[in-house]
Amino acid sequence: MNFDDLFGHIGQHTVDGLSKGAIYALIALGYTLVYGVLRLINFAHSEVFMVGTFAVLGLWTAFGVENNPPIGQAVLLLVLGLIVAALASGGTALAIERIAYRPLRRKNAPPLIFLITAIGLSLVLVEIFGLVLPKLLGEAVPSIFGRARIILGMPTIIEQKTLFTIFGTSITNIQLIVFVSAVVMMALLDWFINRTRYGRGVRAVAQNPETAALMGVNQERVIMLIFVLGGIMAGAAALLWSMRFGFTQNSIGFVLGLKAFTAAVLGGIGNLRGALVGGLFLGIVEVYGATLFQSSWEDVIAFVVLVVVLMFRPTGILGESLGRARA
Amino acid sequence: MINKMRELDRGRVNALHAVGDRWRALPKWQRSLAFVAFVVFLYYLPLLGIPGLTWLRTDSISGGSNWAGVLFTCAVYVLVAIGLNVVIGLAGLLDLGYIGFFAIGAYAVALFGSVNSPVVQWFQREFDLPPTWAVTWAICAFIALVLALISGVLLGWPTLRLRGDYLAIVTLGFGEIIRIVARNLEGVTRGPQGISAIPGPEGPPSPDNQIFGLIDIKPWYWLAITVVLLMVFAVRRLEHSRVGRSWLAIREDEDAAAVMGVYPFKFKLWAFAIGAALGGFAGFLFASRYAFIDPTQFNVNLSILFVAMVVVGGSGNMVGVSVGAVLLAYLPERFREIADYRWLAFGLAMVLVMILRPQGLIPSRRRARELKDRAAEAEEAPAHV
Repeated sequence: MNFDDLFGHIGQHTVDGLSKGAIYALIALGYTLVYGVLRLINFAHSEVFMVGTFAVLGLWTAFGVENNPPIGQAVLLLVLGLIVAALASGGTALAIERIAYRPLRRKNAPPLIFLITAIGLSLVLVEIFGLVLPKLLGEAVPSIFGRARIILGMPTIIEQKTLFTIFGTSITNIQLIVFVSAVVMMALLDWFINRTRYGRGVRAVAQNPETAALMGVNQERVIMLIFVLGGIMAGAAALLWSMRFGFTQNSIGFVLGLKAFTAAVLGGIGNLRGALVGGLFLGIVEVYGATLFQSSWEDVIAFVVLVVVLMFRPTGILGESLGRARA
Repeated sequence: MINKMRELDRGRVNALHAVGDRWRALPKWQRSLAFVAFVVFLYYLPLLGIPGLTWLRTDSISGGSNWAGVLFTCAVYVLVAIGLNVVIGLAGLLDLGYIGFFAIGAYAVALFGSVNSPVVQWFQREFDLPPTWAVTWAICAFIALVLALISGVLLGWPTLRLRGDYLAIVTLGFGEIIRIVARNLEGVTRGPQGISAIPGPEGPPSPDNQIFGLIDIKPWYWLAITVVLLMVFAVRRLEHSRVGRSWLAIREDEDAAAVMGVYPFKFKLWAFAIGAALGGFAGFLFASRYAFIDPTQFNVNLSILFVAMVVVGGSGNMVGVSVGAVLLAYLPERFREIADYRWLAFGLAMVLVMILRPQGLIPSRRRARELKDRAAEAEEAPAHV
């Protein structure tokens, strides 16, 4: 138990936790959106994120990006990366919905069948990116999909620099970018769901699918929309992850997905703002925990948090919502 | 083409049902005779030599066949499938962390039975025991069963009140926690180094062992198949008992079952604990046969493989899940040239089976009816999600 380190640098750990949690929160939005409308855990969402990181890696490698490009070029690369990752992740999420979930919905399958299907799909995606793509593309683009199942490094787009220091807590430019862009993305999504016509449709279907259908809301379109929105958020998370950690792997999604799901449940699944709260909270708890014990226990902390939340407050910190009263 | 496949599949299922009906219509003595013949065949299986089918390449014996080894793996997986079938198929609880119980069973025999384990060494120091002292294999079996059972209850107690899909995620986390604990607690489990010299029925592995050695796997298979047969019998009795009927009632409609006086939590916990004990015992057999374990052998993919065995085979049907387990254990060994693709194939099999035949390849009739009812309800009320 390393209390000295924890309390001695509490500010620093909090900042680290917040920038980590922001990425969890972005991924958690995908779980929360789908759960809010369909009451399903989209287990394959972690792979939606994984595809996003590979899209970013592919783009940057295709451009032959060197480490630390000039600032103008870096901004361009990040914007392009966001677009490509959002397209790849959104497309994957949509494909998952069309291929797997729609036929099951037609049959009114029990929730566990959805979950098993999603697990199978997730395995398929992981294997495609670890095994099939390297074989297919191995010779054409060796640097992207070199060998199966290895950690693939990415170029540094923005060099990590300490921007400013408050009370001994230094904040780096990357942490600031990650946190601010994650919050901006979430604010945009919140605005979209709460203020636009399409968002009203989403809330209506979440609240009562039958009545929404009677009022002329196209349910299938709403379902497609939420999958795409969740995918776009996962794509944004993938870009931020690539920028901050600079690596990816085909199996990257599993643990990250579980943590994001934990964040969603922690904040109140189905609740958009809850995802933000839950993500940031989990990020902080995890960094504190890793300091207190050892970093090799980091992954256990998230699961323990999940079990404790589910036992004592299964509706999460902010409660479940997305326009629906808790049944 | 999909319609044609459906047609074929319907024919196949009808044939299966016809065989089942015929089987049930046979007089008791004929059924017993056939069953005895089948059991004899199971025991004879490792001696069977059919080229292309039973000759399996292996890296451990040059030019040799690993047929008995693969049969052993199949038997252990069948045991796992039977245990997991109690949880998923009968009680309807999706347990994605079954590997955790398997690992607990394996580590039980490793920690208490091997002279290399820190636990045994601690006992030796504390009680002035000779350096060859370790808990005997048979007692380790008991410890493995009890530890797995207890961990099943400990995990089930807080989590079984949760909704089904939450339970699945929590159990998934549990499986991962067990692996991380085994990796990180180096003082107890020796961490990534793993534990060697895990005993078999004849004591720790040594060249003097007459029957249960590392080269000839046949005795191990016979041991495993004996355990499987005993467990099949026990679970079958359980299935047709009051407990088994309660499980089915809970699976089909928990609220209705509760109204009828079945206390769901109690029976769910039973299912969880029994399933965990079976998984632990399978892990125990696995560890004593290989005589070495380390945390990497218990990763999450294996948990998903276990679930795949049950759902592809036909959850709720013991024959179905056994066939599923044998297929998923045998095929990657038979086609080792493309064994790299096995996880891809398992994933695809899970998706396809769930979308096209959610009741599995050899379905339990009751479960098939349940799913059909739900589909019919969906047609009556199309607006319902």
